[in-house]
Amino acid sequence: MEYEIIMGLEIHAELNTKSKIFCTCTTEFGGEPNTHCCPICTGMPGVLPVLNKCVVEYAVKAGLAMNCTISDFSKQDRKNYFYPDLPKAYQVSQFDLPLCKNGYVPIIVDGVRKNIGITRIHIEEDAGKLIHDQWETGSLVDYNRCGVPLIEIVSEPDMRTPDEARAFVESVKAILEYLDVSDCKMQEGSLRADVNLSVRPVGREKFGTRTEMKNLNSFRSIFRAAENEAKRQIRELESGGTIYQETRRWDDNKGYSYAMRSKEEAHDYRYFPEPDLVPVVVDEEWLGRIRASLPELPEARKCRYISEFGLPEYDAALLTSSKRLADFYEEAAAGSSNAKAVSNWIMGDVMRILKEKGLEAESIPFPGSYLAQLVSLIDKGTISGTIAKKVFDKMFETGREPVSIVKEEGLEVVNDEAALAAAIKKILDSNPQSVSDYRSGKEKAFGFLVGQAMKETRGKANPQLINKMLKEELDK
Amino acid sequence: MELYELSAHELSGLIKNKKLSVVELTDTILKRIENIDSSVGSYVTVSGVEALKKAGQIQEKIDKGANLPALAGIPCAVKDNMCTEGILTTCASKILNNFIPPYNATVIDRLNAEETVLLGKLNMDEFAMGGSTENSWFKQTRNPWNPERVPGGSSGGAAAAVSCGEAVFALGSDTGGSIRQPASFCGVVGMKPTYGAVSRFGLVAFASSLDQIGPLTRDVTDCALVLNAITGHDPKDSTSAAVEYPDYTRALVNDVKGLKIGIPREYMSEGLNPEVGKAVMEAAAVLEKLGAVCEEISLPITEYAIPAYYIISSAEASSNLARYDGIKYGYRAEKFTDLLDLYKQTRSEGFGAEVKRRIMLGTYALSSGYYDAYYKKALQVRTLIRKGFDEAFEKCDMVLGPTAPTTAYKIGEKADDPLAMYLGDIYTVSANIAGLPGLVVPCGFDGSGLPIGMQLIGKPFDESSLLRAGFTFEQNTGYHKLRPGI
Repeated sequence: MEYEIIMGLEIHAELNTKSKIFCTCTTEFGGEPNTHCCPICTGMPGVLPVLNKCVVEYAVKAGLAMNCTISDFSKQDRKNYFYPDLPKAYQVSQFDLPLCKNGYVPIIVDGVRKNIGITRIHIEEDAGKLIHDQWETGSLVDYNRCGVPLIEIVSEPDMRTPDEARAFVESVKAILEYLDVSDCKMQEGSLRADVNLSVRPVGREKFGTRTEMKNLNSFRSIFRAAENEAKRQIRELESGGTIYQETRRWDDNKGYSYAMRSKEEAHDYRYFPEPDLVPVVVDEEWLGRIRASLPELPEARKCRYISEFGLPEYDAALLTSSKRLADFYEEAAAGSSNAKAVSNWIMGDVMRILKEKGLEAESIPFPGSYLAQLVSLIDKGTISGTIAKKVFDKMFETGREPVSIVKEEGLEVVNDEAALAAAIKKILDSNPQSVSDYRSGKEKAFGFLVGQAMKETRGKANPQLINKMLKEELDK
Repeated sequence: MELYELSAHELSGLIKNKKLSVVELTDTILKRIENIDSSVGSYVTVSGVEALKKAGQIQEKIDKGANLPALAGIPCAVKDNMCTEGILTTCASKILNNFIPPYNATVIDRLNAEETVLLGKLNMDEFAMGGSTENSWFKQTRNPWNPERVPGGSSGGAAAAVSCGEAVFALGSDTGGSIRQPASFCGVVGMKPTYGAVSRFGLVAFASSLDQIGPLTRDVTDCALVLNAITGHDPKDSTSAAVEYPDYTRALVNDVKGLKIGIPREYMSEGLNPEVGKAVMEAAAVLEKLGAVCEEISLPITEYAIPAYYIISSAEASSNLARYDGIKYGYRAEKFTDLLDLYKQTRSEGFGAEVKRRIMLGTYALSSGYYDAYYKKALQVRTLIRKGFDEAFEKCDMVLGPTAPTTAYKIGEKADDPLAMYLGDIYTVSANIAGLPGLVVPCGFDGSGLPIGMQLIGKPFDESSLLRAGFTFEQNTGYHKLRPGI
């Protein structure tokens, strides 16, 4: 039987506001344990929260960018459960009246565009962290993350393949980065996703029973967890088994998930309105100001790249998928008369080298203007395409300007006819067989001789000139 | 009259005229505590050394001719659920028996700014849950008018201390009557201000949407002075109201002519001790004679106030008290097997029976499947109670009634009957549910010599009208001059 996968995601993103959601402590990552906290974020007796307005603003920005309706009136609620990393024993979140609702985020998979529905975006506070195995008789608690603001983005069950799930997270990440409301550092946990997944036979309308995998913190684990869980559910159904509604934990190292708790064991969070806080009111005036402050978003930027730089849609989409990459491109394109070539460099060598080294766009060690310079060196014929690749690698290694690399290493194209004539003579003298082959009509030999001549000049010879001079010499 | 029996404004005059030093006054009150607190039991913690030190500093400022605030040098004490930096703050609970806050409640900062002298922390029902101070983990506070009787609660320590001269004034907290009922039982003046008028920052929460700090004083003038000190917007409390706060002493006018006072039929009916009812009606007659217009009104949903109150307050409490888990501060059970067991043992050993009862009640009311039937319903009742008062205030300026159905009952009399205890809150909870100010002023005694207090409930932020009525009553009667014979 053929099955269809149904996926909905919940994405948690830490907001990069200066201070925490209910107190003035810093949100900075790291820091010695329990140095970024105060009586308020550690829930001491008698303390009260005061909502950081910036959190509302950032969340509204995210909501607008994801095409949501912004609630003019929303409220915060308490989600009650016991755990040592939650010092109040409740998390302040939003239950029935979230700040943003009914939006969508476009994704493109295999060239096909699709909108993924956003059910809601709400604000809440992060919890602390338990540290095990560092102290002989128990675990330790670090409250530094307590009260760091989060938004939870809940999607509709609109995704049908693991690729779509990954693309959705990528799109959301790009939007949040463009807005500069979250650092989106998945390895630090500032962006993480829960995947809700069920399968159903193709053609059936009713959803199957879903499972939830929590806290996936890389694109790879989101993709693999989804792929693996879909297979597991299908296998289970095929062999006559049952899918149970449960929370599963995905182990990315081992490549499988295991059941954590069933629906029966699920917490009753006993949500109720947080009486220490007043409702969140976003009036027209405030909303207008936030709307006006929105930067250009990936979708708009993509369209602009198509019209302004004449890029193909695929290239434009890829370049704008990361704000830092797009910023890099734009800087390079601004200093270049050949925006298309700059784009090709980024799509090709820049992406290749980032992938090889496992780096993100912000790790490119030189400014975009250097790439523009490199392209212009090629266009002007100062260096050859082959040499350009070498220069590029050098730039990535050292962060130095291409002009100085070329100069210092003497990589300019050799146009000096006397020097080239000497090289050609040497090649012809040492390859009599190829010379006679060419002269007897074997055109292939010409290419070999060109190659040898290039090699002789360490690739620096102006290829057109070498071609012309070699031909003249052979045809004498 | 003894020095410790005088009111704050009287003492303040003596201090300003250099007839009394702050150190002498503080010393007198500390001696009074030393002499009688073993039999009254008002205090959980007496911070005598700090108090004398502070008294000395204030006196120095006075001697240098500094222009000090109205309550400068007045020794006072606060209920033990208000956080005091460096001083034990227990909520009269075993679970916080070792908790020393590193911060002050906003009201403590305000009292410090007022240059008052903090004598210590007052006994209460554990986490302010109760009406008799029998639920303290530390001790039983006794009614200074009769040691066999409860002082009321939960601010029982505060009412007793003010009544018998162990503090010139005190701050209590009132979630469902916890300032007003003990004020009535101990014959002192007590006010629960409008919700939002006094910052709750640093008040250990019982039920956040109902809790409010207020003064317990020897007369209405002192009440106005303390209100001046503690009311005002606090950016640290989101529910604190950013409104204009008047000078409450301007309300101390001996005149009630034209004041319209509504007496709710539902408050004067079945269940009310006749002696209490009589005292309240006599008080109404006094006010009427002075020019006020008293008329019977109706607050029709009064019968649902108690159930709504116990659902809302317990629900909030179940969440507010969840943080006492033995992890970070406070009491932790010595023996446990794992994390869950640590929680269970700590909370089983650390909380008293009444607190556990409310936590269970509240947890149940919020549970999935019961929320709509209980919590949501209670919120609907809350809306109706507010509406009832809104309608009443279209007809009258304030509501007059009893504070509690009875005078102070015997220690142990209701201890095993929580329902009877809960019903004792019938006249006070509505003001909390609707967020309204309520003032209790002594208005007589029952046959066995126990005090009776009448209650005035006003419009939001209209504490001034209540003070005016209370002041006028006081000036024309004199119950506030009477002290227990202890």
